[in-house]
Amino acid sequence: MYLKNALRAATALTFVATAAAHAQSITIATVNNGDMIRMQGYTDKFTEATGIDVEWVTLEENVLRQRVTTDITTKGGTFDIMTIGMYETPIWGANGWLVPLDGLSEEYDVGDILPAMAGGLSHDGTLFAAPFYGESSMIMYRTDLMEKAGMEMPEAPSWQFIKEAAAAMTDRDADINGICLRGKAGWGEGGAFITAMSNSFGARWFDEEWKPQFDQPEWADTLNFYVEMMTESGPAGYATNGFNENLSLFQQGKCGMWIDATVAASFVTNPDDSTVADHVGFALAPDTGLGKRSNWLWAWALAIPAGTQQEDAAKQFIEWATSKDYIELVAESEGWANVPPGARTSLYENPEYQKVPFAKMTLDSILSADPNNPTVKPVPYVGIQFAAIPEFAGIATQVSQEFSAVYAGQQTVEEALEKAQALTAEEMEAAGY
Amino acid sequence: MARTVTTRRKSLNTVLAWAVGLLIFFPILWTILTSFKTEAQAIASPPLFLNFNWTLENYAIVQERSDYMRFLWNSVIIAGGSTILGVIIAVPAAWAMAFVPSKRTKDILLWMLSTKMLPAVGVLYPIYLLFIRLGLLDTRGGLVVVLMLINLPIIVWMLYTYFREIPGEILEAARMDGATLKEEILYVLTPMAIPGIASTVLLNFILAWNEAFWTLNLTAVDAAPLTAFIASYSSPEGLFFAKLSAASTMAIAPILILGWFSQKQLVRGLTFGAVK
Repeated sequence: MYLKNALRAATALTFVATAAAHAQSITIATVNNGDMIRMQGYTDKFTEATGIDVEWVTLEENVLRQRVTTDITTKGGTFDIMTIGMYETPIWGANGWLVPLDGLSEEYDVGDILPAMAGGLSHDGTLFAAPFYGESSMIMYRTDLMEKAGMEMPEAPSWQFIKEAAAAMTDRDADINGICLRGKAGWGEGGAFITAMSNSFGARWFDEEWKPQFDQPEWADTLNFYVEMMTESGPAGYATNGFNENLSLFQQGKCGMWIDATVAASFVTNPDDSTVADHVGFALAPDTGLGKRSNWLWAWALAIPAGTQQEDAAKQFIEWATSKDYIELVAESEGWANVPPGARTSLYENPEYQKVPFAKMTLDSILSADPNNPTVKPVPYVGIQFAAIPEFAGIATQVSQEFSAVYAGQQTVEEALEKAQALTAEEMEAAGY
Repeated sequence: MARTVTTRRKSLNTVLAWAVGLLIFFPILWTILTSFKTEAQAIASPPLFLNFNWTLENYAIVQERSDYMRFLWNSVIIAGGSTILGVIIAVPAAWAMAFVPSKRTKDILLWMLSTKMLPAVGVLYPIYLLFIRLGLLDTRGGLVVVLMLINLPIIVWMLYTYFREIPGEILEAARMDGATLKEEILYVLTPMAIPGIASTVLLNFILAWNEAFWTLNLTAVDAAPLTAFIASYSSPEGLFFAKLSAASTMAIAPILILGWFSQKQLVRGLTFGAVK
């Protein structure tokens, strides 16, 4: 009897051990934004279908960037999937730090990914990250204030029009600022905006020989125009305003226009959060007639770090999370306005999605951005609001600090550009360019 | 007349102390209030102080999204473990420096403190690589050791200061009565230095509880403490201030309650010997 019980116990233990060995689990590092949090809510469906458990590590964007960079450069193997952007993907792909996303299933339909997104997430034609959602930037404006100012927003306005409209919409007594733009230091904050804006003024970060170009008149034109317009029609303290600060101002009806990420469209048109939800119009980011607009291109994408022990499971998850089926799953439960935008062509062909007020303008903005040809004059780098080289983040952070000091009235445009030129030249020389 | 002036001055001091206290506490109070607002109320201008529709929705969302108890338990283990381990190592070290000082004692103390002057990020890669090699990434044990090492100079310094206030003759007397070194430290020195040790423990527990650089960089899922819990609600693209405030309130609540109940001990320990 004793022997029988012991045998039963041993068999049961073997079953438990076998089951434990087969229970797969992947760890995903991601950012805290609406679409990513929503995806976490649907993870159970993936686990049900595949038996693969998913553990999430959600961090603030800059903390995440540092965390995953440390892990991937030391081959720590903490994460099986990382949420990274268009800046990191080509650099990490070139370094061999990411698993190429080839051999994806036919149903996944890689060809359906928007070409601009696929291009920005590839290196030498190999896709290294699958876009979960993509964004560009565009103008969001108050239709009621524009009408009151007696002006009409063109679908593709110029910077000169924006400046005039901003002045006309400004009403200091009513606490309305004609225009709200990012001024906060940081390469992903004010740095991203001014770089994208400079593209439309004909400026560039480097020439074909990797020489910094801050001593060229196009940069002075960009900064002088920006400072003049913001002084005349921008909010007080704009030097410290980033995405969130401007979103808050716009939602409270304190901005006539706001040029920022297309993803903001769903926030400003949501009546639960926005006091001006019914009076928002959209237009393409402005230009100066030189052939380049001032919109950027960005995607949050899922990539697999080289060295993970769970490559197959990770690929399975990426196929699920960035698939057409996932988009339909979200649409079914939460409506088409809440699906992750900007990643797939088929989404914009869907008649239901075409009814979403900001869908067309988002697509047009994404399509008008070309990361491989971002500036009027030729450049040796890829990227619109950044240059996809490892040194860029550090340099651009310092340069944007100099620019923010101008916005805060602590130095002149000329002084800032002189410093930007000197520090960029020094860093690039030290990096061996 | 003199009595009136004294009373007036006392009242003035009291009002001033309350004003400074409230000023320091205001950001925490604001966080707590924001946690009961909707996201729209959280960014309202002019800001809403008490006249808003109070809601527990943010706490419900945070509770649903995150396993709060797991983060809390990790914080308790990491902060508690690193503090206890630190005190066990620091008591003999501080004893030696206070009662058997050498020519180099002051230099050693200064050198220990100087290790705090190096920015943490300067040693991130070496420590990360060590953790990978030793299999300590995302483990509570690894973090206990790292946080103990980071706070050790402060613990030694604090204990050294308290021990110096204790007359060496008492320890000598114990030795003459036949006490061993262990007995001397355990049964004579420690009971006399209890207020100092208690405040050292409390302060280091708070420091370890709030430590955000190493706890974010060396953990992922299994060992992530409350600092990682808060970081998961911060976002540069999206206004989630109310949810972030709810998460922050939940993260600071345990340490706030601990501080409240132990404030007498903490103040007594921190001002130990200050009026000599």
